[in-house]
Amino acid sequence: MQVLQSFAIRAGYAVILLVAVLVLNFSMMHLAPGDVADTISQSMGGADQELLDQIRADYGLDQPFYIQLGRYIGGVLQFDLGFSFFYNQPVTELILQRLPATLLLVITAQLLALFIGVIMGVVSARKPNGILSHFVTFLALFGYAAPVFWTGILLLIAFSLKVQWFPVAGMQDVTIEGGFWAHFVDVARHMVLPVITLGSLFLALYSRLARATMMETLGSDFVRTAKAKGLSTNQVVYKHALKNSLSPVITLAGLQFSAVISGAVLVEAVFSWPGLGTLAFQSIIARDTPTILGILFFSALVVIVGNLLTDLALRLVDPRVGSKG
Amino acid sequence: MKHLIKGIVASVALSAVMATGVIAEGHKTGGTLVTVLGSNVRNLNSAVQSGIVTGYPGAQLFASPMRYDENWEPQPYLAESWNVSDDGLTVTLNLVKNAKFHDGAPITSEDIAFSVDVIKANHPFKSMFAPVESVDTPDAHTAVLNLSKPHPALMLAMSGQLMSIIPKHIYGDGEITDVKTHPRNNENVVGSGPFKLVEFKNGEHVILERFDDFFIEGRPYLDRVVMRIITDPAARAIAYENGEIHMGAFESLPRIINRLKKVDTLTVTPDGYGAIGPIDWLAMNTAKGPLSDVRVRKAIAYAVDKNFIHKALMQGTAADSTSGIHPDSPFYAAQDGYDVDLEKSAALLDEAGFPVKDGSRMSLTIDFGWPGVKPQVEYVKAALKKVNIDVEVRASADFPTWAKKMGTGDFDMSWDTVFNWGDPVIGVHRTYDSTNILKGVWSNTQSYSNARVDELMAMAAVETDVEKRKALYAEFQEIIADELPVYHTNTLPYHTVFNDKVKNAPMGIWGTSTPIDTVWLDE
Repeated sequence: MQVLQSFAIRAGYAVILLVAVLVLNFSMMHLAPGDVADTISQSMGGADQELLDQIRADYGLDQPFYIQLGRYIGGVLQFDLGFSFFYNQPVTELILQRLPATLLLVITAQLLALFIGVIMGVVSARKPNGILSHFVTFLALFGYAAPVFWTGILLLIAFSLKVQWFPVAGMQDVTIEGGFWAHFVDVARHMVLPVITLGSLFLALYSRLARATMMETLGSDFVRTAKAKGLSTNQVVYKHALKNSLSPVITLAGLQFSAVISGAVLVEAVFSWPGLGTLAFQSIIARDTPTILGILFFSALVVIVGNLLTDLALRLVDPRVGSKG
Repeated sequence: MKHLIKGIVASVALSAVMATGVIAEGHKTGGTLVTVLGSNVRNLNSAVQSGIVTGYPGAQLFASPMRYDENWEPQPYLAESWNVSDDGLTVTLNLVKNAKFHDGAPITSEDIAFSVDVIKANHPFKSMFAPVESVDTPDAHTAVLNLSKPHPALMLAMSGQLMSIIPKHIYGDGEITDVKTHPRNNENVVGSGPFKLVEFKNGEHVILERFDDFFIEGRPYLDRVVMRIITDPAARAIAYENGEIHMGAFESLPRIINRLKKVDTLTVTPDGYGAIGPIDWLAMNTAKGPLSDVRVRKAIAYAVDKNFIHKALMQGTAADSTSGIHPDSPFYAAQDGYDVDLEKSAALLDEAGFPVKDGSRMSLTIDFGWPGVKPQVEYVKAALKKVNIDVEVRASADFPTWAKKMGTGDFDMSWDTVFNWGDPVIGVHRTYDSTNILKGVWSNTQSYSNARVDELMAMAAVETDVEKRKALYAEFQEIIADELPVYHTNTLPYHTVFNDKVKNAPMGIWGTSTPIDTVWLDE
């Protein structure tokens, strides 16, 4: 019952948050000079005033602000995210087309970064002054400091141009024929560089944190007890210490989920990954208000779901979390 | 007209082949050509959406009445022949008899009339068909365009991406102005061109397939054309280099163009942009402050070193441009430039009543609308400092912000890029016409007004004799270069990049905005 109640409260907050996201962003978009009619005319090489007025009338942009806002919110309440001005396509359709690509990229990068980061952290915590430990520190600094788009271009030059192991852009090679496995391998090859680029940033964070908490745990009493019982070092490290070091890492991973999505905007731009990030970027440039708001709405949803999953994961590794209420 | 890049032997050899016309013998058929689009496509229906991104897929999906050869001569396409009456008021198109849409329905004069209506109602370039009052359809294969006045610009307006013939039985099911949001503009497209649509995935690719019933026997040569959407120029460059992409157009970054020129397997050419005609210029607001004095505008031209722009900023990739018309156009008349002369510049400013006071003559602003031209505006700032003009660079957050300033005349100077779009009537007049002042971006944003210029444009618009028209435009360009509502600096260095496998790459006046039915792959 308590779980349900806390869930209901959370859901209530989520709805308020979503409405705030929409209203605030709608207002901010409205404050900027110019509108989508200008970018449509840009894409067409110019348009006369008559056509501009016609476009504005077609999309209701000639209406006062509160009417536009009211119409939009009214639509969202009926689960209608509206129509993209720029692409003449329902926003929901546009987003659902792009969402899988982003989720594939973001989740793969996140899981890999988490998995490898924790292993690196653990291994280096066992010998804090070893070469590996220094390497992890270096990697952390490098991964955190290097801009994502720079890492991306560098990887492209190295692995797509100098040695042509991986394709330059996109998610699939449309000229490839063959069954499921041929396509699977194709998509996997396209994913390698973007996943490394996006993952490297978070790998740094996770490995550093895992190293620090692991070192702390290894020095605690229960570890000493376990060792005194005569358990092997591996058993102590992986069965006892690791489980107790995971919660901060998982909490961080949950918090970072939104950052992964914003990181995806840059990575997708570099690798022409056909996901939400590129769509978001292009819609902002195009002032395509319904699409931008739709993406923000979906991103907020993804973050909320991501946080809930983090909560669940925390309960699994640390039963104390649930009982605290 | 054809300015070949120096040092590229391959392109010289290829141009020699091109000059002898399309190769009828010795081509291979089949294969998939992988090409690239530099930004996302908004709309595939080129009858209602203009612009270079739609132009490429649009011209493959939809045929136009005529096409142009490299010498700016109209050639038959969907119209096998045509006739312009002596008074220039009726244009008769005789359509190819066996032409079919992608759904098998015949292409008739009804579709021509319908397409003209749709373009008139939805296309941004109103001047293309404004004088067309009605279209008669005496029989299925004859369309007669009735004009209110002679309209020589119509010929170019009936070619390339400008007049896409769309099926009335598909797109005519609603109001004529609704065609621009028709659901079949981006899926289940029924076109008239050499390729039909297989798949359009927004943000990912457009895939086209050979239309077997295309009205030109044996064409197109390719089986499939893939247009991948890659917006990052650096990623595109790597993809040309490693062979992932066979061909792409509209590459405009000097650094990347020069790098790709050094790759053995690639040809990089500026040919193919004459009709689209993109030119860069420094716009000056003639209705505001010191710049309303022509002497101040001239002083600025004398202080800005075009050589620096060509060599340092464009790194030799752009051609000189001295008038409002693209240098590749038959109507181009080169004007004497304003070679740097700081003394003359200072003298003109003194004469105009702007002496140096506390180290400065005046303060002006300069705007730019996209990041690519920031070096140009920074250079102008530095150059004008030498004649004691203080310049404040105003960045705009994005295109609409800049467009707003331009459209309302809220600027002193701005960097701008404007396209000719075929005939001067379509893309040139709009910048200098005094009846088109401040009507949105790329109108006469400089508020320039000269009765003689208006008169010359009006005369040139209806002059059917080519030589007389050229003379009118020559005088027009002379006045523009003298009065400087804009200071013309260079062409936008658009380049087409293709690798050795691609033969007959599109280098005619319309570049990729024309059917690529003769392109073939040697593999």
